[in-house]
Amino acid sequence: MNIYIQTLRRDLRIAIRNPSSVINPLLFFVISISLFPLAISPESSTLSQIAAGIIWVASMLSVLLSLNTLFHNDFENGVLEQMAISHYSLPLLILSKIISHWILTGIPIILLSPLLGVILFLDSESIFILMLTLLLATPSLSLIGSIGASLIVGIKNSGMLLSLLILPLYIPILIFAASAVSQAQFGLNIDLQMYLLAAILVISLMTAPYVSAISLKISLE
Amino acid sequence: MSKLIVKDLCCQRGYNQLFSGLSFEADSSNILRITGTNGSGKTSLLKILAGLNAPEHGIVAFEEFSVNSYEYQKQIFYLGHSQALSSELSVVENLEFLMCLNENINKQLLENAINNIGLNGYKDEYCSKLSAGQKRRVILAGLFISKAKLWLLDEPFTALDSHGIKIVENLIRKHSESGGICIYTTHQDSAFENQKVLAL
Repeated sequence: MNIYIQTLRRDLRIAIRNPSSVINPLLFFVISISLFPLAISPESSTLSQIAAGIIWVASMLSVLLSLNTLFHNDFENGVLEQMAISHYSLPLLILSKIISHWILTGIPIILLSPLLGVILFLDSESIFILMLTLLLATPSLSLIGSIGASLIVGIKNSGMLLSLLILPLYIPILIFAASAVSQAQFGLNIDLQMYLLAAILVISLMTAPYVSAISLKISLE
Repeated sequence: MSKLIVKDLCCQRGYNQLFSGLSFEADSSNILRITGTNGSGKTSLLKILAGLNAPEHGIVAFEEFSVNSYEYQKQIFYLGHSQALSSELSVVENLEFLMCLNENINKQLLENAINNIGLNGYKDEYCSKLSAGQKRRVILAGLFISKAKLWLLDEPFTALDSHGIKIVENLIRKHSESGGICIYTTHQDSAFENQKVLAL
């Protein structure tokens, strides 16, 4: 079997056997969003105005929470070392790990977002746009996040450092995605935001696996 | 004929120079034991030979291919201090993944290797439930499968019982007889007839 597919399957298998690493960020995503109606106002007009921002901030933070586990275990147990000396392409092996991370965090977030959109009184068209932005941008969150995760892999208690490194890079995604949903609520054109999110995805897909591979090699020295 | 050439190698860790001007060659069938006190650079040398660490300067080449080239990486089997095992995966799943990083293998080969290394009946056991010695045996089972010509083994006998040590010694002997090169470190007594010693 292709080694890249095998790497993907291996990571999914490990996650299924150790589900807390996947479930905890998703629980954070659902719980944090469901607290907003209690804290701000149960009024539909108030909540629908801020819904896109809330869901997007919660998505970003839950992806950030899950990033610590992306390389950490494989670094500690020496599997990353074996990957680094393999004659297969390290960036592609890392891309397989990033795809499995997206399957385990991005896809559940996309699937849960309609439910949370309804809780925050988003109309059906806006929920559809919200799902589209999540589909287009959550892979970028995993890709960009992998750079931060690879930089801090050898450092203990580095959760805060990861946030400081990665959150500034997430800001453009947050701005374009949240504004796309807000503009869609008013029936405005959102082509520009969607094109920009697609451009970010393409750029991060082309660069993130290589940058992560380089920083992992440095961490392994 | 396979030949590993190391020329004028220098390794520095932080402010400490571990070794410099290190040159040696290893031909087919050579078994090279690296000796030295703790912190003398044995592991660092093996990591440089595996392409994991970059030396300050110097040349490492195997069959005219320099370290980090595709052809060089295809020829090495590296065993580090860590076991390279995921505790959530079974013995066979771990070994299958590790060996697939180097070559194409089939399930029958894997199962034979697991049996030969003395882990009969543990094939589907999660690695979290194995003892330190059994974990070491899982990755050492890869030696039965590996077609790599250059074995780089860092403390291969650690945590093994006398029976396990004998199995690994026999594997190294067979590898040498078939023209392979083995470079290893150990603090334990080991005796190979055609062994060379490199003191750091």
